[in-house]
Amino acid sequence: MDIFYPLQIFVNWLVYTLFNLKGSVFGEALNFFIYDSIKILILLAVIIFVVSYIRTYLAPEKVKKLLSRRFEFLGNMTASTIGIFTPFCSCSAVPLFIGLVESGVPLGVTFSYLIAAPLINEVAAALLWGLFGWKIALLYVASGWIISVVAGYILGKMHLEKYVEDYVYKIKMKQGLKAQKKLQKERISEAAGETKSIIRKVFLYLLIGIAIGAFIHGFVPENLLTSIAGTGNWFAVPIAVLIGVPLYSNAAGMIPIVSSLIEKGLPLGTALAFMMAVTALSLPEAIILRKVMKLKLLIIYFSVVAAGIIFTGYLFNWIL
Amino acid sequence: MKIKILGSGCPNCKVLEANTKKALEELRIKTNVEKVTDITKIMEYGVMSTPALVVDEKVVSYGRVLTSEEIKKLLK
Repeated sequence: MDIFYPLQIFVNWLVYTLFNLKGSVFGEALNFFIYDSIKILILLAVIIFVVSYIRTYLAPEKVKKLLSRRFEFLGNMTASTIGIFTPFCSCSAVPLFIGLVESGVPLGVTFSYLIAAPLINEVAAALLWGLFGWKIALLYVASGWIISVVAGYILGKMHLEKYVEDYVYKIKMKQGLKAQKKLQKERISEAAGETKSIIRKVFLYLLIGIAIGAFIHGFVPENLLTSIAGTGNWFAVPIAVLIGVPLYSNAAGMIPIVSSLIEKGLPLGTALAFMMAVTALSLPEAIILRKVMKLKLLIIYFSVVAAGIIFTGYLFNWIL
Repeated sequence: MKIKILGSGCPNCKVLEANTKKALEELRIKTNVEKVTDITKIMEYGVMSTPALVVDEKVVSYGRVLTSEEIKKLLK
């Protein structure tokens, strides 16, 4: 049973009975907009809160400790799992990278973390859940996790240590700093604060995205995209990835639009590849990582991740 | 007393700096607050989560934005 069913009844009553818009295209679109906005906001709040709470247990010092005794593969899996719960943030990415390299964590394991952290994004997961159901959200998280494990492992085997900026190896850290102890109360208030700040940040994009999505839902003819970007067109997946890279800040707005495009014939694999490119590959991220990686390594890293995403896109187009 | 704020310039670091200055003012301690933004130097303190507060070369807090009240307690 759909837990959002009562919400749908309420929105139906609001739009069809109260506003008396039953049967009109505008009423359809309005219903879609109100229902989706409320449902997604609820899901966002719940999921961001849970993820932020788990994150209070994963301070960089803790991550370093968890990964420092791991070897390849098991380490790649642990690193990718940690990456699910941690964001890629400008404050922590560089120190964490240096800290992991300094404590002897294999480079491939560090990469698994660096791929998973931005690729698996809790805002995207919440939106996918709201718009496509939990199965697709789970599929997104699971395939992101597999890409991170495999791509990190491959990068580790390529022996790229010489392409890390030289100064990184010269840093000697004072040892002994452990993750700071936090009270349960502090963790909860930290998670609540994080939830508020993320929702405030994505709110506007989200509403604009849902509004455009509702417009497409109501006004664009069915199957418009089947011929242009259907599974028959092999270029659609890589092109979707290329378009996704510069759209980073609008991830919250892109996903509702993409979800309506799926109704109009955009294959799910292509859509998923696009959304992963939006969250995982971005210019601000490249600028941050350039501080610790030589250009060549940055290009290899981006290429391997892009290849992983494209592969996932084809795979889903093929199996679904 | 020598006080340093470690942080790469993210918004949280600026809040910590402002809170520290406020705490110093209220305690009537006259000293400079030095900002360390060079990642190499930050890492040498063993700090991975910024912002961090260093008093007389000792890391007293990291990964948290302390309130000026908390800083006052640390400085006493």
